[in-house]
Formats: sequence, structure tokens, C-alpha cells
Amino acid sequence: MLQYQSQAVAKPYFIAAIALFAGQVLFGLILGLQYVVGDFLFPAIPFNVARMVHTNLLIVWLLFGFMGAAYYLVPEEAERELHSPVLALIVFWVFLIAGALTVLGYLLVPYSSLARLTQNELFPTMGREFLEQPTITKIGIVVVALAFLYNVGMTVLKGRKTVINVILLIGLAGLAVMFLFAFYNPNNLVLDKYFWWWVVHLWVEGVWELILGSILAFVLIKVTGVDREVIEKWLYVIIGAALITGIVGTGHHYYWIGTPDYWQWLGSAFSALEPIPFFMMTLFAFNMVNRRRRDHPNKAATLWALGTAVMGFLGAGVWGFMHTLAPINYYTHGTQITAAHGHMAFYGAYAMIVLTIISYAMPHLRGQGTAAGERQQVMEMWAFWLMTVAMVFITLFLTAAGVLQVWLQRVSEVPQPFIAVQQQIGLFYWMREVAGVVFLIGLIVYIASYFVRGDEAVTTAQPARV
Amino acid sequence: MSTRFTKNAARNIFYGGSLFFVLVFLGLTFHTTRALPERDHRENITEQVVRGKQLWEENNCIGCHTLLGEGAYFAPELGNVYQRFGNNKEAIKGFIRSRPPEGVPGRRSMPQFNFTDEELEALAEFLKWTSEVNAANWPPNIQG
Repeated sequence: MLQYQSQAVAKPYFIAAIALFAGQVLFGLILGLQYVVGDFLFPAIPFNVARMVHTNLLIVWLLFGFMGAAYYLVPEEAERELHSPVLALIVFWVFLIAGALTVLGYLLVPYSSLARLTQNELFPTMGREFLEQPTITKIGIVVVALAFLYNVGMTVLKGRKTVINVILLIGLAGLAVMFLFAFYNPNNLVLDKYFWWWVVHLWVEGVWELILGSILAFVLIKVTGVDREVIEKWLYVIIGAALITGIVGTGHHYYWIGTPDYWQWLGSAFSALEPIPFFMMTLFAFNMVNRRRRDHPNKAATLWALGTAVMGFLGAGVWGFMHTLAPINYYTHGTQITAAHGHMAFYGAYAMIVLTIISYAMPHLRGQGTAAGERQQVMEMWAFWLMTVAMVFITLFLTAAGVLQVWLQRVSEVPQPFIAVQQQIGLFYWMREVAGVVFLIGLIVYIASYFVRGDEAVTTAQPARV
Repeated sequence: MSTRFTKNAARNIFYGGSLFFVLVFLGLTFHTTRALPERDHRENITEQVVRGKQLWEENNCIGCHTLLGEGAYFAPELGNVYQRFGNNKEAIKGFIRSRPPEGVPGRRSMPQFNFTDEELEALAEFLKWTSEVNAANWPPNIQG
């Protein structure tokens, strides 16, 4: 069922991505509980360790998803086999084992022991948010990225160079290049923070949007049958808007970390425009589906594609805009408002795009034909709604907690201490945890959908609409 | 999109626009790095401050706390903890030293890190230096 046999290497990547996603959600539930039952699992798994596992698993499973997506779609776009399927499988195991060892290191020894064990003092890069990995793991990530880029790069070079392939490659190369700033850790905290954002912001509000856009464009071409020329034009406009607003938009992180005050103007102005590309993505997805020239039997993949466009706009666009202007951010900076935005933005823009390409590719990879059977798809769509609605509520409850936190701690006549405020807003943390359990149920349904049996797979596309 | 707006035009906007703003951003970064010494008071970064930052990192303090608003939101902001503790390094050191190893039943509690006196001094110096960075009047009040 695959157009090119080497596309099959995407499958282990997707399976690993889903497995790590499950781990991320479990640790999310532990964290959510620690917010209200402060001593839960203390001191065996303190909050900082669970959080590290939660966020690092997120990054790693998204990277697995991006790589799987590239291995799946690059050969199809380039119209040739992957340069080296063997290298792709070696890289898979190296990345998986390195990732597993790192997570075990987080869980089994105190972080300071891990730092000592991996000789962090020789080349200190650890202990910065999201970049907690030991230096040796970071070097491993660079090696994995280089091998991966070489593999897909050669495939594109030797094959057809479509806009989707080229944009995906620019995005992936950008991802690797910006990660190099993880190795720059000056003694001056302000400089450290300034360039730390070159990894974090220029990933998620920069080059990752190229990856997101090209994967979405690929799936939309496949499921709607709309002319490639039209879709590629949209893609250029969307990612153009993303980088034009997002690069200087980095400035919205430079308000309160010791950087010059002009960043308050620049950051506010440019990042206020960052929702535009996400809104265009929503228009794009719905437009293409409305103008579809065939009814693709994979309804679940179409649902994910529309879902990622909407949720990306809400999470990254709307919830980002909410606290991006400097005078507002002055009060909301580093509160549960940030956490609310982070959750919906990552889920909407990046978790869901990976689930979109998995949904589209898996029936091909599993030899089911163009689409999974009816019952499997219905289950997957239940999972979509459970997880997505749960994430909406997680975000709403965190937003409520955040508004109260800002008020009690920073705005009211008598500002209260952090911990006193946390105790008063516990109700919202409990509700967030309940929504988190619903999310987990959705994820279980999602995984279970792959094990539905006795279901007739759909092998042919439905006739074109008139 | 109208047919007059061609794919080539869209492509040029992407490449041209991105390149332009990459250059703008690099220029701004150059200016920022030139302007920073006045705001970060790097002349006060002593060996102890450097050691304190290293301890801050090797114990993953950012995994619970925020520092200048960045980090995790589980424990208090520490960018102004020096002022909150009455401009008193001893108070900071005493707090870290006195954390119960088994935690506090039902409540959040900072782990006991068993720092030496020299390490505590370095951490306190690092937090003091951080509190003196010109962060545009942030946080809004002493509670962080």
C-alpha cells in the first residue's frame, strides 16, 4: 500500500511517538496532583523531576513525530525511495535508547548526581528549562539530527523538489541549527536567557511552524485533492507571515529579563501579529476541505487536520495574544496564564499535527489501504474529541487559576505571598486534574483504536463529488 | 486567493521577508548585547556568583521556581527573593538549610539539598546579583 517501500521506516517513529506521548500524559497527571497534594510522591519524585520528564518527553515525542512525518512524506513528494532506510532505523534506535537513558537518569538519581555523573562541569549546559538533558545527550541529539538531515536531504536533492519538501527541510534544518544555542551557557544569566530563547522561541514560534505548515499542506493535498499550486501558494503565505512576525516577535520574551526597554515596543508590536499565520492556517484548512475534489475515506485524518488548524489558532494565537502585550504581560508573566497558553498551544499546533500525519499515514503503513475501517475511525474520532475537549477545559481552568493568581498576588491592594495564593486557587487545580484524567481516557481510546479487529478496511477512494 | 497574486510572489514574500527580519533581529541583538552591561551589572559577577549559577543549574531549581518570571510555576519567584527576605543573605541560606528531608505532610516543600556553607553562600550571592539586574521594574511587587 506504500508508494515507496522505504516509507515504512516511519512506522517505528510513529509508534515511539505515541508511546512517549502516553508517558508525557502520565507525568502530567502526577504534576497536576502535586499541585494540590503537595507531598505526593515526595521526595521520591519531586515536582522538578516529574516536570522535566513531562516536558522532555513532549519534545522528544514531537521530534519522533516530525522525523516519522519526514520519512513518510519526503519520498512520496520526491518521488523516489529514501536515501538510506538503514540509517533511518539506526538513528531511530540511537535516539530512542539515548532518550530512554536520559529519562531513567532523571528518575533514578538526583539531578545533581546526574550532572556529576555526566561531567556537566566540563561543559555546563544542564539545568535550564527544557534543556535539562546532560551535555552528552545534547551532543547525541545533534548527531541524530545531522544523520536525519543528511538522509532526507539527499532524498530531496536526488528527487523532485516540491515546495512542501523544501519548506519541510528548511524547517528541520532550522530546528537543528537553533538547537546549537543549547550549548551556549554564559555565566551572565541575562545573556544566558537571551540566547536560550533562540532555541525555545525560534523553535516553536519560528522554524517549527514551517514543519507544521508543510505537514498540513501535504495531508490537505492528499485528503482534498485540491490542486498543488493552490496549496503551495497558501503555504508560502502562511510561513512567510509566521517568520515575518515571529522572528522579531521573540522580543515578547525580552521584557523583564534585563534587556533594553525598547523590546517592550518591538515585542508587543510583532508578537501581536503572530496570531495572523495561525488564523490563515485555519482559513486554509477549511477552505481546502470545502473545495475538496474528492471525499477521502480517511475521515479521521481530515478531522485532525481541521482540528490542528483551529486549536493551533486558539492555543498559540488567541491564548498567546492574551498576554503578549507588555503592559499586560507585566502582570501575567510567569503565572498560570503562561501554563494555560503553553498547554493549548503545544497540543493544538504540534501534538495535533503529529497526530494528523500519523492518522493519515498509519493505514498505509499498516497495509490497511487508504484508510482504516469504519469502527476504528469512529473510535479515533472519539479520542480526538475527548482529548481536544479535555485540553480546552485544562486551558480554561488554568486560565481561571491564572487570573486569580495575578489578582491576588500582583494587582490587589494587599498582594499576598505566592504560597498563600496557591492554596486559595486549589479548586481550579483540582478541576484541571479531572480534565487531565479525561484527556488520559481519550488517549487510551486513541491507542485502543489501533487494536480494533474484524473491521473492513477501506481500500478505494469514494467517487469524486460533482 | 486571486490569480493576480501568484505563487512566485508568495515565495518572494516568504524568502525576502524572512531574510529581512533575520537581519533586523541580528542587528537588534547586536545592539542589545552592547547595551546590556549597563543593565546586568556584569562587573559584579564574582566567582561566587558564577558558582551559584552553576549550583542553581545542577540542582534544577528552575524545575519548580521562576527566575525573572521564567521557569516552573510551582514555587515562588526568586528574582527578587533577596529583597523579599529583607536584603538578607543569611535568611535565604537559613531557609534552604532548614527544609525537612521528608517534606511536609500534604503540602509543597522544597527538597533538602544538603548544601555546604560555601555552596549556600554562592547561591545567595547569585540570587543577590540577579535581584540587582535592571528588569524594567518587574516583578510588580515584593511578592514576586
